[in-house]
Amino acid sequence: MNVARNLASYLLAQAMPLDPGRHHMLQSAAPQADHIEWLYWVIFWMLFVVFVLMIAAFTGAGTKARVVASHPLPILEKDEEAEHRAGWGVGAALGITVITLFVILVLSVITGRRVEGLTSKNPVTIQITGHQWWWEITYPNSQADQTVTTANEIHVPVGTPVVVLTNSKDVIHSFWAPNITGKRDLLPGYSSAFWFEIERAGIYHGQCAEFCGLQHAHMGFSIIAESVHEFQAWQQQQLKTAAEPSTSEAIRGREVFLTHACLMCHTIRGTDAGSRVGPDLTHVASRNMIAAETLPNTAGALAGWVVDPQRIKPGTQMSPNPLAPDDLQAVVAYLQSLH
Amino acid sequence: MRHNLRISALLVAMTVLASCSREDRILRQPPPSNDTVNTVQISGLNPGANLIPTPPSSNMYEESAYAVSEGQKLYEAYNCVGCHAHGGGGIGPPLMDRNWIYGSEPGNVFATIMQGRPNGMPSFRNRIPQYQAWEIAAYVRSMAGLLPKGVSPNRIDQMNIKPAESSTPEQVPTGITGVPEQPK
Repeated sequence: MNVARNLASYLLAQAMPLDPGRHHMLQSAAPQADHIEWLYWVIFWMLFVVFVLMIAAFTGAGTKARVVASHPLPILEKDEEAEHRAGWGVGAALGITVITLFVILVLSVITGRRVEGLTSKNPVTIQITGHQWWWEITYPNSQADQTVTTANEIHVPVGTPVVVLTNSKDVIHSFWAPNITGKRDLLPGYSSAFWFEIERAGIYHGQCAEFCGLQHAHMGFSIIAESVHEFQAWQQQQLKTAAEPSTSEAIRGREVFLTHACLMCHTIRGTDAGSRVGPDLTHVASRNMIAAETLPNTAGALAGWVVDPQRIKPGTQMSPNPLAPDDLQAVVAYLQSLH
Repeated sequence: MRHNLRISALLVAMTVLASCSREDRILRQPPPSNDTVNTVQISGLNPGANLIPTPPSSNMYEESAYAVSEGQKLYEAYNCVGCHAHGGGGIGPPLMDRNWIYGSEPGNVFATIMQGRPNGMPSFRNRIPQYQAWEIAAYVRSMAGLLPKGVSPNRIDQMNIKPAESSTPEQVPTGITGVPEQPK
Protein backbone atom coordinates (compact mmCIF):
# COMPACT_ATOMS: atom_id res chain seq x y z
CA MET A 1 0.00 0.00 0.00
CA ASN A 2 2.74 2.44 1.01
CA VAL A 3 4.90 1.59 -1.99
CA ALA A 4 1.99 2.19 -4.35
CA ARG A 5 1.08 5.39 -2.54
CA ASN A 6 4.62 6.74 -2.76
CA LEU A 7 4.91 5.72 -6.39
CA ALA A 8 1.59 7.43 -7.23
CA SER A 9 2.68 10.54 -5.31
CA TYR A 10 5.96 10.57 -7.17
CA LEU A 11 4.32 10.20 -10.59
CA LEU A 12 1.74 12.89 -9.85
CA ALA A 13 4.47 15.22 -8.59
CA GLN A 14 6.38 14.66 -11.82
CA ALA A 15 3.31 15.49 -13.86
CA MET A 16 2.58 18.72 -11.97
CA PRO A 17 5.02 21.59 -11.75
CA LEU A 18 3.36 22.85 -8.56
CA ASP A 19 4.47 22.03 -5.07
CA PRO A 20 2.88 18.55 -4.78
CA GLY A 21 1.83 19.14 -1.20
CA ARG A 22 -0.26 22.17 -2.17
CA HIS A 23 -2.03 20.61 -5.12
CA HIS A 24 -2.41 16.93 -4.52
CA MET A 25 -5.35 14.56 -4.51
CA LEU A 26 -3.56 12.06 -2.24
CA GLN A 27 -2.56 14.52 0.48
CA SER A 28 -5.97 15.37 1.76
CA ALA A 29 -6.54 18.15 4.25
CA ALA A 30 -10.32 17.78 4.56
CA PRO A 31 -12.76 14.90 5.24
CA GLN A 32 -14.22 15.44 1.76
CA ALA A 33 -10.84 14.77 0.18
CA ASP A 34 -10.41 11.75 2.52
CA HIS A 35 -13.54 10.13 1.07
CA ILE A 36 -12.37 10.81 -2.46
CA GLU A 37 -8.94 9.39 -1.65
CA TRP A 38 -10.55 6.26 -0.18
CA LEU A 39 -12.54 5.75 -3.37
CA TYR A 40 -9.36 6.31 -5.39
CA TRP A 41 -7.52 3.53 -3.57
CA VAL A 42 -10.46 1.09 -3.69
CA ILE A 43 -10.71 1.52 -7.44
CA PHE A 44 -6.93 1.46 -7.77
CA TRP A 45 -6.63 -1.97 -6.10
CA MET A 46 -9.66 -3.41 -7.91
CA LEU A 47 -8.20 -2.38 -11.22
CA PHE A 48 -4.78 -3.60 -10.14
CA VAL A 49 -6.23 -7.10 -9.63
CA VAL A 50 -7.97 -6.87 -13.02
CA PHE A 51 -4.67 -5.78 -14.56
CA VAL A 52 -2.79 -8.74 -13.06
CA LEU A 53 -5.48 -11.19 -14.21
CA MET A 54 -5.46 -9.72 -17.70
CA ILE A 55 -1.70 -9.99 -18.00
CA ALA A 56 -1.85 -13.57 -16.72
CA ALA A 57 -4.54 -14.44 -19.27
CA PHE A 58 -2.59 -12.84 -22.11
CA THR A 59 0.57 -14.65 -21.09
CA GLY A 60 -1.32 -17.94 -20.96
CA ALA A 61 -2.87 -17.33 -24.38
CA GLY A 62 0.52 -16.36 -25.79
CA THR A 63 2.17 -19.56 -24.60
CA LYS A 64 -0.68 -21.65 -26.00
CA ALA A 65 -0.51 -19.88 -29.36
CA ARG A 66 3.19 -20.68 -29.64
CA VAL A 67 2.48 -24.37 -29.21
CA VAL A 68 -0.12 -24.26 -31.99
CA ALA A 69 2.20 -22.26 -34.25
CA SER A 70 4.98 -24.82 -33.84
CA HIS A 71 2.58 -27.54 -35.08
CA PRO A 72 3.21 -28.27 -38.76
CA LEU A 73 -0.45 -28.29 -39.73
CA PRO A 74 -3.27 -26.50 -37.90
CA ILE A 75 -5.94 -28.78 -36.55
CA LEU A 76 -9.27 -27.79 -38.06
CA GLU A 77 -11.53 -30.29 -36.31
CA LYS A 78 -14.39 -28.77 -34.45
CA ASP A 79 -14.01 -29.31 -30.71
CA GLU A 80 -17.55 -28.98 -29.34
CA GLU A 81 -16.49 -29.32 -25.75
CA ALA A 82 -13.73 -26.70 -25.94
CA GLU A 83 -16.09 -24.22 -27.56
CA HIS A 84 -18.64 -24.85 -24.88
CA ARG A 85 -16.01 -24.16 -22.22
CA ALA A 86 -14.85 -21.03 -24.01
CA GLY A 87 -18.44 -19.80 -24.12
CA TRP A 88 -18.78 -20.22 -20.38
CA GLY A 89 -15.43 -18.51 -19.87
CA VAL A 90 -16.45 -15.45 -21.88
CA GLY A 91 -19.81 -15.34 -20.10
CA ALA A 92 -18.15 -15.51 -16.70
CA ALA A 93 -15.64 -12.78 -17.61
CA LEU A 94 -18.47 -10.58 -18.85
CA GLY A 95 -20.43 -11.18 -15.66
CA ILE A 96 -17.42 -10.36 -13.47
CA THR A 97 -16.80 -7.18 -15.47
CA VAL A 98 -20.39 -6.04 -15.09
CA ILE A 99 -20.35 -6.82 -11.36
CA THR A 100 -17.03 -4.95 -10.93
CA LEU A 101 -18.34 -1.89 -12.74
CA PHE A 102 -21.54 -2.03 -10.72
CA VAL A 103 -19.56 -2.20 -7.46
CA ILE A 104 -17.52 0.84 -8.58
CA LEU A 105 -20.73 2.66 -9.44
CA VAL A 106 -22.22 1.93 -6.01
CA LEU A 107 -19.01 2.98 -4.24
CA SER A 108 -18.93 6.21 -6.27
CA VAL A 109 -22.50 7.01 -5.29
CA ILE A 110 -21.71 6.24 -1.64
CA THR A 111 -18.63 8.51 -1.77
CA GLY A 112 -20.64 11.26 -3.44
CA ARG A 113 -23.21 11.06 -0.65
CA ARG A 114 -20.51 11.13 2.01
CA VAL A 115 -18.89 14.21 0.44
CA GLU A 116 -22.23 15.97 0.22
CA GLY A 117 -24.04 14.64 3.22
CA LEU A 118 -22.15 15.97 6.23
CA THR A 119 -23.90 18.31 8.58
CA SER A 120 -22.59 21.80 9.14
CA LYS A 121 -22.94 23.98 12.21
CA ASN A 122 -22.16 27.72 12.32
CA PRO A 123 -20.49 27.68 8.96
CA VAL A 124 -18.46 30.45 7.33
CA THR A 125 -20.19 31.35 4.07
CA ILE A 126 -18.17 32.30 1.02
CA GLN A 127 -19.51 33.39 -2.34
CA ILE A 128 -17.16 32.46 -5.18
CA THR A 129 -17.83 33.99 -8.59
CA GLY A 130 -15.82 32.89 -11.60
CA HIS A 131 -14.65 35.52 -14.06
CA GLN A 132 -12.45 35.26 -17.12
CA TRP A 133 -9.79 34.74 -15.64
CA TRP A 134 -9.88 35.28 -11.90
CA TRP A 135 -11.99 34.40 -8.85
CA GLU A 136 -14.10 36.92 -7.01
CA ILE A 137 -14.35 35.97 -3.34
CA THR A 138 -17.00 37.52 -1.09
CA TYR A 139 -17.84 36.80 2.54
CA PRO A 140 -21.47 37.88 2.52
CA ASN A 141 -23.04 39.44 5.56
CA SER A 142 -26.52 40.77 6.18
CA GLN A 143 -24.87 44.13 6.88
CA ALA A 144 -23.33 45.54 3.73
CA ASP A 145 -20.40 47.15 5.54
CA GLN A 146 -19.50 43.80 7.10
CA THR A 147 -19.07 42.12 3.73
CA VAL A 148 -15.50 41.27 2.77
CA THR A 149 -14.61 41.24 -0.92
CA THR A 150 -11.30 39.94 -2.18
CA ALA A 151 -9.91 37.97 -5.09
CA ASN A 152 -8.11 34.69 -5.77
CA GLU A 153 -7.08 34.04 -2.16
CA ILE A 154 -9.61 32.33 0.07
CA HIS A 155 -8.95 32.59 3.78
CA VAL A 156 -10.76 29.98 5.87
CA PRO A 157 -10.61 29.03 9.54
CA VAL A 158 -9.38 25.51 10.34
CA GLY A 159 -11.92 23.10 11.81
CA THR A 160 -14.90 25.21 10.82
CA PRO A 161 -17.39 24.20 8.15
CA VAL A 162 -17.18 26.42 5.07
CA VAL A 163 -20.23 26.75 2.83
CA VAL A 164 -19.33 27.86 -0.67
CA LEU A 165 -21.94 29.50 -2.88
CA THR A 166 -20.96 29.47 -6.52
CA ASN A 167 -21.81 31.49 -9.59
CA SER A 168 -20.11 32.73 -12.73
CA LYS A 169 -20.14 36.05 -14.54
CA ASP A 170 -19.36 34.82 -18.04
CA VAL A 171 -18.68 31.18 -18.94
CA ILE A 172 -18.52 27.88 -17.07
CA HIS A 173 -15.54 27.63 -14.70
CA SER A 174 -14.70 24.85 -12.28
CA PHE A 175 -13.41 25.18 -8.73
CA TRP A 176 -10.82 22.51 -8.05
CA ALA A 177 -8.64 22.29 -4.96
CA PRO A 178 -7.67 18.59 -4.86
CA ASN A 179 -6.41 18.67 -1.25
CA ILE A 180 -9.83 19.85 -0.11
CA THR A 181 -12.63 18.34 -2.17
CA GLY A 182 -13.72 17.38 -5.67
CA LYS A 183 -14.34 19.67 -8.63
CA ARG A 184 -17.32 22.01 -8.63
CA ASP A 185 -18.54 23.75 -11.74
CA LEU A 186 -19.45 27.44 -11.53
CA LEU A 187 -22.30 28.01 -13.95
CA PRO A 188 -23.25 31.46 -15.22
CA GLY A 189 -26.60 32.60 -13.85
CA TYR A 190 -27.03 29.50 -11.69
CA SER A 191 -26.26 29.53 -7.98
CA SER A 192 -25.24 26.32 -6.30
CA ALA A 193 -23.56 25.43 -3.04
CA PHE A 194 -21.18 22.91 -1.55
CA TRP A 195 -19.17 22.76 1.61
CA PHE A 196 -15.91 21.56 3.07
CA GLU A 197 -14.01 21.68 6.31
CA ILE A 198 -10.23 21.88 6.47
CA GLU A 199 -8.44 19.95 9.23
CA ARG A 200 -4.83 21.01 8.68
CA ALA A 201 -3.63 24.62 8.49
CA GLY A 202 -1.69 25.47 5.36
CA ILE A 203 -1.86 27.03 1.93
CA TYR A 204 -3.53 24.85 -0.70
CA HIS A 205 -3.53 25.54 -4.39
CA GLY A 206 -6.54 25.36 -6.64
CA GLN A 207 -7.09 25.72 -10.33
CA CYS A 208 -9.92 26.25 -12.79
CA ALA A 209 -10.72 22.79 -14.13
CA GLU A 210 -13.16 23.61 -16.92
CA PHE A 211 -11.71 25.10 -20.10
CA CYS A 212 -12.87 28.71 -20.05
CA GLY A 213 -10.92 30.51 -22.76
CA LEU A 214 -7.46 31.74 -23.64
CA GLN A 215 -6.13 32.10 -20.09
CA HIS A 216 -7.78 29.06 -18.51
CA ALA A 217 -4.33 27.78 -17.47
CA HIS A 218 -3.63 31.05 -15.63
CA MET A 219 -6.72 30.92 -13.45
CA GLY A 220 -5.44 29.65 -10.15
CA PHE A 221 -6.41 30.42 -6.59
CA SER A 222 -5.19 29.51 -3.15
CA ILE A 223 -6.95 28.47 0.01
CA ILE A 224 -5.24 29.77 3.13
CA ALA A 225 -6.38 27.70 6.09
CA GLU A 226 -5.46 29.36 9.38
CA SER A 227 -6.55 29.32 13.00
CA VAL A 228 -9.89 30.89 13.89
CA HIS A 229 -8.03 33.71 15.63
CA GLU A 230 -5.86 34.50 12.61
CA PHE A 231 -8.88 34.28 10.33
CA GLN A 232 -10.83 36.78 12.42
CA ALA A 233 -7.87 39.17 12.49
CA TRP A 234 -7.61 38.89 8.70
CA GLN A 235 -11.35 39.51 8.33
CA GLN A 236 -11.21 42.61 10.55
CA GLN A 237 -8.32 43.98 8.49
CA GLN A 238 -10.19 43.30 5.20
CA LEU A 239 -13.27 45.12 6.49
CA LYS A 240 -11.36 48.38 6.81
CA THR A 241 -11.41 50.91 4.00
CA ALA A 242 -8.17 51.41 2.11
CA ALA A 243 -5.17 52.75 4.02
CA GLU A 244 -4.48 56.45 3.44
CA PRO A 245 -1.23 56.77 1.49
CA SER A 246 1.52 58.15 3.71
CA THR A 247 4.40 58.90 1.33
CA SER A 248 4.23 61.62 -1.31
CA GLU A 249 4.86 59.00 -3.99
CA ALA A 250 1.90 56.92 -2.84
CA ILE A 251 -0.31 60.01 -2.70
CA ARG A 252 0.67 60.75 -6.28
CA GLY A 253 -0.02 57.09 -7.09
CA ARG A 254 -3.56 57.38 -5.82
CA GLU A 255 -4.07 60.44 -8.01
CA VAL A 256 -2.78 58.51 -11.04
CA PHE A 257 -5.03 55.57 -10.16
CA LEU A 258 -8.09 57.82 -9.97
CA THR A 259 -7.38 59.72 -13.21
CA HIS A 260 -6.49 56.79 -15.48
CA ALA A 261 -8.14 53.64 -16.71
CA CYS A 262 -7.63 51.83 -13.36
CA LEU A 263 -10.77 53.24 -11.78
CA MET A 264 -12.95 52.11 -14.69
CA CYS A 265 -12.70 48.49 -13.51
CA HIS A 266 -11.32 48.31 -9.96
CA THR A 267 -12.66 49.16 -6.53
CA ILE A 268 -10.58 50.69 -3.78
CA ARG A 269 -12.98 51.22 -0.90
CA GLY A 270 -12.54 54.64 0.63
CA THR A 271 -11.77 56.28 -2.73
CA ASP A 272 -13.87 57.19 -5.75
CA ALA A 273 -12.88 53.97 -7.51
CA GLY A 274 -15.91 51.70 -7.21
CA SER A 275 -16.26 49.61 -10.34
CA ARG A 276 -16.94 45.90 -10.00
CA VAL A 277 -15.54 44.72 -13.33
CA GLY A 278 -12.09 43.68 -12.07
CA PRO A 279 -10.76 42.47 -8.71
CA ASP A 280 -11.24 44.61 -5.59
CA LEU A 281 -7.87 46.19 -4.79
CA THR A 282 -8.68 47.68 -1.38
CA HIS A 283 -6.20 45.35 0.31
CA VAL A 284 -4.23 44.13 -2.68
CA ALA A 285 -0.90 44.32 -0.83
CA SER A 286 -2.15 41.70 1.65
CA ARG A 287 -2.24 39.05 -1.09
CA ASN A 288 0.68 36.77 -1.96
CA MET A 289 0.06 36.60 -5.69
CA ILE A 290 -1.51 38.76 -8.40
CA ALA A 291 -3.33 38.02 -11.65
CA ALA A 292 -4.96 34.81 -10.35
CA GLU A 293 -1.79 33.14 -9.03
CA THR A 294 0.18 34.10 -12.12
CA LEU A 295 2.78 36.46 -10.63
CA PRO A 296 4.19 37.06 -7.16
CA ASN A 297 2.96 40.26 -5.56
CA THR A 298 6.19 42.26 -5.94
CA ALA A 299 6.86 45.78 -7.20
CA GLY A 300 8.38 44.48 -10.44
CA ALA A 301 5.54 42.07 -11.18
CA LEU A 302 2.92 44.72 -10.36
CA ALA A 303 4.59 47.23 -12.68
CA GLY A 304 4.86 44.69 -15.48
CA TRP A 305 1.26 43.67 -15.02
CA VAL A 306 -0.03 47.28 -15.01
CA VAL A 307 1.92 48.27 -18.12
CA ASP A 308 1.37 45.26 -20.34
CA PRO A 309 -0.91 42.55 -18.98
CA GLN A 310 -1.59 41.38 -22.53
CA ARG A 311 2.01 40.19 -22.69
CA ILE A 312 1.66 38.16 -19.50
CA LYS A 313 -1.88 36.84 -20.02
CA PRO A 314 -2.82 37.45 -23.67
CA GLY A 315 -6.55 38.04 -23.94
CA THR A 316 -7.06 39.10 -20.33
CA GLN A 317 -9.73 41.74 -19.73
CA MET A 318 -7.16 44.15 -18.28
CA SER A 319 -5.96 46.68 -20.85
CA PRO A 320 -2.36 47.77 -21.36
CA ASN A 321 -1.61 51.04 -19.55
CA PRO A 322 1.20 52.99 -21.19
CA LEU A 323 1.89 55.17 -18.13
CA ALA A 324 4.84 57.53 -17.86
CA PRO A 325 7.65 55.97 -15.75
CA ASP A 326 7.07 58.32 -12.81
CA ASP A 327 3.34 57.65 -12.83
CA LEU A 328 3.95 53.91 -12.98
CA GLN A 329 6.34 53.98 -10.01
CA ALA A 330 3.82 56.02 -8.08
CA VAL A 331 0.90 53.68 -8.83
CA VAL A 332 2.96 50.66 -7.81
CA ALA A 333 4.00 52.40 -4.60
CA TYR A 334 0.35 53.17 -3.88
CA LEU A 335 -0.78 49.59 -4.58
CA GLN A 336 1.95 48.26 -2.31
CA SER A 337 0.74 50.51 0.48
CA LEU A 338 -2.75 48.93 0.42
CA HIS A 339 -2.27 46.41 3.21
CA MET B 1 -12.81 7.36 -63.76
CA ARG B 2 -14.25 6.66 -60.35
CA HIS B 3 -10.78 6.92 -58.89
CA ASN B 4 -10.25 10.35 -60.48
CA LEU B 5 -13.59 11.56 -59.13
CA ARG B 6 -12.60 10.54 -55.63
CA ILE B 7 -9.25 12.28 -55.89
CA SER B 8 -10.81 15.48 -57.18
CA ALA B 9 -13.46 15.34 -54.43
CA LEU B 10 -10.67 14.96 -51.90
CA LEU B 11 -8.77 17.90 -53.41
CA VAL B 12 -11.88 20.08 -53.31
CA ALA B 13 -12.49 19.11 -49.67
CA MET B 14 -8.90 19.91 -48.75
CA THR B 15 -9.05 23.30 -50.47
CA VAL B 16 -12.32 24.15 -48.73
CA LEU B 17 -10.97 23.07 -45.34
CA ALA B 18 -7.76 25.03 -45.82
CA SER B 19 -9.79 28.19 -46.35
CA CYS B 20 -11.40 27.80 -42.91
CA SER B 21 -8.67 29.75 -41.16
CA ARG B 22 -9.57 31.12 -37.78
CA GLU B 23 -9.89 34.86 -37.37
CA ASP B 24 -6.85 36.35 -35.67
CA ARG B 25 -7.58 38.05 -32.39
CA ILE B 26 -6.05 41.49 -32.01
CA LEU B 27 -4.55 41.39 -28.52
CA ARG B 28 -1.60 43.76 -28.62
CA GLN B 29 -1.99 45.93 -31.68
CA PRO B 30 -1.82 49.71 -31.79
CA PRO B 31 -5.24 51.29 -32.37
CA PRO B 32 -6.10 53.34 -35.46
CA SER B 33 -4.82 56.87 -35.84
CA ASN B 34 -5.01 59.12 -32.81
CA ASP B 35 -5.88 62.13 -34.94
CA THR B 36 -9.44 61.07 -35.62
CA VAL B 37 -10.87 63.21 -32.85
CA ASN B 38 -9.44 66.27 -34.56
CA THR B 39 -10.57 65.38 -38.07
CA VAL B 40 -14.15 64.18 -37.56
CA GLN B 41 -16.85 66.52 -38.66
CA ILE B 42 -19.78 67.08 -36.33
CA SER B 43 -21.68 69.36 -38.64
CA GLY B 44 -22.96 68.08 -41.95
CA LEU B 45 -22.79 71.57 -43.42
CA ASN B 46 -19.76 72.81 -45.29
CA PRO B 47 -19.32 76.38 -46.56
CA GLY B 48 -20.05 76.56 -50.26
CA ALA B 49 -21.47 73.55 -52.02
CA ASN B 50 -21.28 70.06 -50.58
CA LEU B 51 -19.61 68.88 -53.75
CA ILE B 52 -16.76 66.89 -52.31
CA PRO B 53 -18.02 64.64 -49.53
CA THR B 54 -15.79 64.14 -46.49
CA PRO B 55 -13.96 60.81 -46.85
CA PRO B 56 -15.49 58.31 -44.44
CA SER B 57 -13.35 57.30 -41.48
CA SER B 58 -12.58 53.66 -40.95
CA ASN B 59 -12.15 51.43 -37.94
CA MET B 60 -10.03 48.33 -38.31
CA TYR B 61 -11.83 46.70 -35.38
CA GLU B 62 -15.00 46.53 -37.47
CA GLU B 63 -13.36 43.72 -39.41
CA SER B 64 -12.88 41.54 -36.35
CA ALA B 65 -15.75 39.68 -34.73
CA TYR B 66 -13.59 39.27 -31.61
CA ALA B 67 -13.04 43.03 -31.30
CA VAL B 68 -16.76 43.74 -31.76
CA SER B 69 -17.66 41.24 -29.06
CA GLU B 70 -15.03 42.81 -26.79
CA GLY B 71 -16.78 46.11 -27.50
CA GLN B 72 -20.05 44.49 -26.44
CA LYS B 73 -18.46 43.37 -23.17
CA LEU B 74 -17.02 46.85 -22.53
CA TYR B 75 -20.37 48.46 -23.35
CA GLU B 76 -21.70 46.61 -20.30
CA ALA B 77 -18.59 47.00 -18.15
CA TYR B 78 -18.36 50.77 -18.56
CA ASN B 79 -22.06 51.20 -17.91
CA CYS B 80 -23.07 52.53 -21.34
CA VAL B 81 -26.14 50.42 -20.58
CA GLY B 82 -26.97 52.79 -17.73
CA CYS B 83 -28.16 55.48 -20.16
CA HIS B 84 -28.43 53.91 -23.61
CA ALA B 85 -29.83 50.57 -22.39
CA HIS B 86 -29.19 47.68 -24.77
CA GLY B 87 -29.63 50.02 -27.71
CA GLY B 88 -33.14 51.22 -26.94
CA GLY B 89 -32.06 54.32 -25.03
CA GLY B 90 -33.55 55.78 -21.89
CA ILE B 91 -31.69 58.62 -20.22
CA GLY B 92 -29.50 58.75 -23.33
CA PRO B 93 -30.58 58.43 -26.96
CA PRO B 94 -31.21 55.01 -28.49
CA LEU B 95 -28.38 53.54 -30.52
CA MET B 96 -30.27 51.02 -32.62
CA ASP B 97 -32.27 53.48 -34.69
CA ARG B 98 -31.36 55.63 -37.68
CA ASN B 99 -30.96 58.99 -35.91
CA TRP B 100 -27.31 59.76 -35.20
CA ILE B 101 -27.12 63.21 -33.58
CA TYR B 102 -23.34 63.45 -33.78
CA GLY B 103 -22.74 61.34 -36.87
CA SER B 104 -22.67 57.66 -37.66
CA GLU B 105 -19.16 57.29 -39.10
CA PRO B 106 -16.77 55.19 -36.96
CA GLY B 107 -14.68 58.30 -36.26
CA ASN B 108 -17.76 60.22 -35.12
CA VAL B 109 -18.78 57.52 -32.65
CA PHE B 110 -15.20 57.33 -31.39
CA ALA B 111 -15.05 61.12 -30.97
CA THR B 112 -18.38 61.13 -29.13
CA ILE B 113 -17.07 58.56 -26.65
CA MET B 114 -13.73 60.32 -26.15
CA GLN B 115 -14.95 63.92 -26.05
CA GLY B 116 -18.33 63.49 -24.45
CA ARG B 117 -21.33 65.43 -25.66
CA PRO B 118 -23.51 68.15 -24.14
CA ASN B 119 -26.42 67.19 -21.91
CA GLY B 120 -25.03 64.13 -20.24
CA MET B 121 -22.61 62.10 -22.33
CA PRO B 122 -19.41 61.86 -20.27
CA SER B 123 -15.97 62.12 -21.82
CA PHE B 124 -13.96 58.92 -21.51
CA ARG B 125 -10.67 60.49 -22.59
CA ASN B 126 -7.82 59.30 -20.33
CA ARG B 127 -10.28 56.99 -18.62
CA ILE B 128 -10.33 54.18 -21.15
CA PRO B 129 -7.58 53.20 -23.60
CA GLN B 130 -8.15 54.32 -27.18
CA TYR B 131 -8.38 50.83 -28.58
CA GLN B 132 -11.28 50.11 -26.25
CA ALA B 133 -13.09 53.23 -27.45
CA TRP B 134 -12.65 51.95 -31.01
CA GLU B 135 -13.99 48.53 -30.00
CA ILE B 136 -17.02 50.13 -28.35
CA ALA B 137 -17.53 52.33 -31.44
CA ALA B 138 -17.52 49.20 -33.60
CA TYR B 139 -20.08 47.53 -31.35
CA VAL B 140 -22.30 50.64 -31.24
CA ARG B 141 -22.46 50.67 -35.02
CA SER B 142 -23.32 46.98 -35.03
CA MET B 143 -26.38 47.76 -32.91
CA ALA B 144 -27.85 49.71 -35.82
CA GLY B 145 -26.96 46.95 -38.27
CA LEU B 146 -24.21 49.02 -39.87
CA LEU B 147 -21.62 46.25 -39.65
CA PRO B 148 -21.46 43.11 -41.78
CA LYS B 149 -23.46 40.26 -40.26
CA GLY B 150 -20.32 38.12 -40.09
CA VAL B 151 -18.70 40.29 -37.42
CA SER B 152 -21.79 41.42 -35.48
CA PRO B 153 -22.53 39.56 -32.25
CA ASN B 154 -25.13 36.87 -32.88
CA ARG B 155 -25.79 35.92 -29.28
CA ILE B 156 -27.00 38.22 -26.57
CA ASP B 157 -26.06 37.81 -22.95
CA GLN B 158 -29.04 39.66 -21.47
CA MET B 159 -32.69 38.76 -21.33
CA ASN B 160 -34.13 38.39 -24.77
CA ILE B 161 -35.27 41.97 -25.24
CA LYS B 162 -34.25 42.49 -28.83
CA PRO B 163 -32.79 40.49 -31.68
CA ALA B 164 -29.01 40.02 -31.67
CA GLU B 165 -26.93 42.61 -33.52
CA SER B 166 -26.33 40.26 -36.42
CA SER B 167 -30.10 40.06 -37.02
CA THR B 168 -30.73 43.81 -36.79
CA PRO B 169 -31.75 45.24 -40.16
CA GLU B 170 -29.49 48.06 -41.34
CA GLN B 171 -30.76 51.44 -40.13
CA VAL B 172 -29.83 53.91 -42.86
CA PRO B 173 -28.38 56.85 -40.93
CA THR B 174 -30.06 60.23 -41.29
CA GLY B 175 -26.69 61.86 -40.90
CA ILE B 176 -25.64 64.73 -38.72
CA THR B 177 -27.57 67.88 -37.86
CA GLY B 178 -30.42 67.02 -40.12
CA VAL B 179 -28.58 66.61 -43.40
CA PRO B 180 -29.55 63.23 -44.77
CA GLU B 181 -26.76 61.00 -46.00
CA GLN B 182 -27.16 59.05 -49.18
CA PRO B 183 -27.80 55.38 -48.48
CA LYS B 184 -24.71 53.39 -49.38
